[in-house]
Order: sequence, then structure tokens, then C-alpha cells
Amino acid sequence: METGIWEIGIGHYLTVAACLLTLGMFGIFLNRKNVIIILMSVELMLLAVNINLVAFAHFSGDLVGQVFALFILTVAAAETAIGLAIIVVYYRNRGSIAVEDINMMKG
Amino acid sequence: MALTAVFFYLFATLAVASAAMVIVAKNPVHAVLFLILVFFNAAGLFVLLNAEFLAMLLVIVYVGAVAVLFLFVVMMLDVDFAELRAGFIKNAPIGVIVGGVVLAELIALFVARGAGPVTTAVKGSPVPSGVSNTEALGLIIYTKYVFFFQAAGLILLVAMIGAIVLTLQHRKAVRRQSIPVQVARTPANAMAVVKVAPGETGMPAEPKGQG
Repeated sequence: METGIWEIGIGHYLTVAACLLTLGMFGIFLNRKNVIIILMSVELMLLAVNINLVAFAHFSGDLVGQVFALFILTVAAAETAIGLAIIVVYYRNRGSIAVEDINMMKG
Repeated sequence: MALTAVFFYLFATLAVASAAMVIVAKNPVHAVLFLILVFFNAAGLFVLLNAEFLAMLLVIVYVGAVAVLFLFVVMMLDVDFAELRAGFIKNAPIGVIVGGVVLAELIALFVARGAGPVTTAVKGSPVPSGVSNTEALGLIIYTKYVFFFQAAGLILLVAMIGAIVLTLQHRKAVRRQSIPVQVARTPANAMAVVKVAPGETGMPAEPKGQG
């Protein structure tokens, strides 16, 4: 499989996913105080994983990758719902969502 | 083929650019809107990869539910987001270093491995011919992966119950309907006869029990 610039191979998709994953990781560092942006960055990283899985599923002619991507979508949605619920409860109790204020348990 | 490539580069560029805007946007509402754009472009990439079902799922579940959930939370919380951006520049260098190292490692991995064909020696579930992507997924999800499917449903149920339990609150100030109390009302404790003297406009005494 020769991958010229007009011949889209698996490497192209993996590169896009790598960029998204890196941007998600960078976002966690950049917005260290804002929990909501951190959750969005985690979503970006999960999306990158999904793109990888679907790309591998396509280029190896195997559907298992898409099934796994489906389950990752499920878990990501559940994680977001619980995370946002925790943020809402935390804001109600403490009046702040800054990450450095989250130290009640002194862990 | 060239058209596919054009669309791939369009979706890929927009996805990466929007992802960059998600993490640098000043206004978190803008960040959520850019996140929606990222998901739309990822759905386009999925369509290019013949995964139409997952593309629709991404649009419906993410854009329709998760992103709107983010929007609601951002708008509900009265947070000074400008204050949360303090240290934005201070943390950037270490983020650039870590992100750059990860990206370099991943790219180096692709280069070292080469973009050759993926091994097709062992296929868990080969793509069946003659059926659409959605039908093919359904054929294996409901048979081969039915327990995983049920587990996914259970995860969603637990997440739903967890979110409700976490955020449901009983305010003391709000009067709620109590069926047992209403049923247990009798004329004896619900009504009171008040003698009012002529010319007097006093308020009657509070009747006992819940009104």
C-alpha cells in the first residue's frame, strides 16, 4: 500500500488521532484550574482513541474495532455524565470549581 | 480517490484546528461549540472509514447529548472563568514539552513501523459483504458481543442513577405533596371554628395539620 499524499492510508488517520490525543493532553496542562475544560480534553483523547480503532477496523477489514469504539463511546458518555454531576454537586457545596480548591480529603 | 483525499484533509484539518481552539478558547461556551465542531469532523472521518453507524452515533450522542450537557453545566455554574485561566501561560511550557514528546513518539512509531498494510492474519469478525455497516454491526453486537452490549447498558444505567442521586436535592423551603398526610386529614384537625366578635378583624387561628 503506497501512501502518497492523495492516497489516504492508515498512517494519515493515525496521525490525526495522534494530534488530537496530544492536543487533549496539552489542554489538561494548559487549563489546569478549570475542571470543565479538563473534562473536554479527556473527551478529545477518547475521540482520538476511537478514530484509531475505527481506522484499524477499516484497514484490516475487521468489525471488532468498531464494536470496541461503540463501547468506548458508551463509557465516555457515562464518564461525562458522572463527572459533570460531581462538578455540579461540588459547586453547590463549595461555590467553586477550581481544581486547587478540591482538597477536602487532604489526599 | 482524490475526492476522498480532499475530504479527508478537510475533516482532519478542521478537527485538529477545532481541537486546538477547544483548549485555548477564552470563553468556555466557545470551547464547547468548538468541541461540537470536532465531533462533527470526526463523524466525517468515520464516514470516510465506512463506519456510518458510528458517525451517526457520534453526532446524535455527542453533539445531541454530551455537548449540550456541557453547555448546560457551563451556563448553570456562576463561575468566574477568567480567574480560572490564571497560570495559563505559566503551565504552557511544560505542556508543550510533554505534548511534544508524546507526539514525537507517536509519529516516530508510525515512521519506524512504516505505513504498510495492517496484518490480516486473524480476524475476529470479518466485514461481511453485501450488508450495510449498521446491519453488519447489528449482526455481531447482538450475537457475538451480546454480553458486552448488556454490560454497556448496565454502565449507562449506573451512570444515570449515579447522576440523579448526586444532583437530586430536597429543598426544605419547597413544600412538597405528601400523599399520606393528605389522606390522613380529618375535619377535626383541618377545620377550626373561630368566634369573631363584632367589629373585630383578627386573623383566625392557624388550623392544625398541613394545609
